Amino acid sequence: MDGRVTATVTAGVVAAARIVAAPDGRGGTALPVLAGQGPFALRRTGVRGPEARVALVGAMSAPLGGDRLTLTAEVEDGAALRFATTAATIALPGRTGAPATYDTSLRVGDGAVLHWLPEPLISARGSDLRTATRAELAAGARLVLREEQVLGRTGEPPGRLVSRLTVRRAGRPLFDQELAYGPGVPGWDGGAVLGGHRAVGQLVVVDPAFEHRPAEPRVLGGTAVLTPLAGPAVAVGAVAPDALALRKLLDSLLSYISGVVKVI
Amino acid sequence: MEKTSDMAPRKGRGELRDQPQRTRAALLILADGRFPAGGHAHSGGAEAAVKAGRLTDAASLETFCRGRLWTAGLTAAGISAAAAAGLDPLALDEAADARTPSAALRAAARRLGRQMMRAARAAWPCAELDALAAARPRGVHQPVVLGAAARAAGLGPSDAAYAAAYEAVSGPATAAVRLLGLDPFQATAVLARLAPELDDVATRAAEAAVRAGYEGIGVLPAGSAPLLDITAEQHAGWPVRLFAS
Repeated sequence: MDGRVTATVTAGVVAAARIVAAPDGRGGTALPVLAGQGPFALRRTGVRGPEARVALVGAMSAPLGGDRLTLTAEVEDGAALRFATTAATIALPGRTGAPATYDTSLRVGDGAVLHWLPEPLISARGSDLRTATRAELAAGARLVLREEQVLGRTGEPPGRLVSRLTVRRAGRPLFDQELAYGPGVPGWDGGAVLGGHRAVGQLVVVDPAFEHRPAEPRVLGGTAVLTPLAGPAVAVGAVAPDALALRKLLDSLLSYISGVVKVI
Repeated sequence: MEKTSDMAPRKGRGELRDQPQRTRAALLILADGRFPAGGHAHSGGAEAAVKAGRLTDAASLETFCRGRLWTAGLTAAGISAAAAAGLDPLALDEAADARTPSAALRAAARRLGRQMMRAARAAWPCAELDALAAARPRGVHQPVVLGAAARAAGLGPSDAAYAAAYEAVSGPATAAVRLLGLDPFQATAVLARLAPELDDVATRAAEAAVRAGYEGIGVLPAGSAPLLDITAEQHAGWPVRLFAS
């Protein structure tokens, strides 16, 4: 897809957006492609050193049931991109009861850095969303990726959410986890999975520097843990009562990681 | 052992399906809690859940086991079924690493894999098991070995998936009896109530293994249970504990 296709069909919105970041030849990063419509309004929000910053702007009134959303970011060799969203993404029920899909595809080249730091995804009552985030990293790529999910708006039960996060490095699997919650998902609220917590998040930080300075496992507050992966990378997993408490845990472990490698 | 890409099936299409069973009784031997593969020393996260107050009685044991079955259990069953189908065990071991973010659980899975390998090579000696043991002397993930052992015993992917899925719940149920003083009859009743879901999980895992033969190992289930991963790391640091994981 060229990133400018938006079509409304009876079942829901089909929308795609695409970001391409490439070195600008002067030590910075240019954005030769920054294309998104429909629920995707992408803005260049500034430059800091070699890094280009992009934000997905506004409270996204999607995904609604039946929507098919695709977001793609390519960070070419030597480029640096930081992605954020200005508000949480809220999965809402559609008119038809059909599930929505939201696929994110990330590619990071050699010597390139991607900070992928969206605000939380909130699974509202009655929604049904399947997200897949796939990151393909070159051997010399660096990545900081955060994913947060909040199950239900305040005081409401969650919708159904299935979320897969796959990170591959140099063509080999590095991290592959699928989280599933809500109505129709067996055992999701029991003592093995969430145990009553309503916010869940993960960080994946990949940096070739971990090859020389492997991180040690680290536990924080009983509901968050940093653990080295089988490769030059660490993952943080955390559960919390709400989004605020979750962010505090993730931020705290992220700043710990920044003491080990410089990717942050 | 022949090394192939994880994108390609190692065997012809027909051979990915369940092989004719040499003997169904082999499945009983493999899935028996007394099979000397060291599983009894692991609680499957139950010990940490008991300490945290999330596992207190038969009802919470059932939800705990149900959650574990559909996450870590389904993931392990998919890997085991794929190994039993003859997909590249080293690529499956890598896939198991990616599906096990907890370093403590990866270490436990390899330790259990080594122990199961010893038992399997004694029970069903064959060149494939020898080659796998030689390729990874420090051990491969236990579900890979379980699948390879099932294959060596003449069992099929579905059998391997059943053994892995059952182990995902029988471990915590047995541990809960010791940790909580739970009535063993009640623990067994929990397992019996989960039996229809064990069927579902084993079926899904075996289907995923067939798909993995055509589409690559990446399509295998990757279900994750955040609390199991978080508490495994904590549990590994306890100075005194009843179970190894």
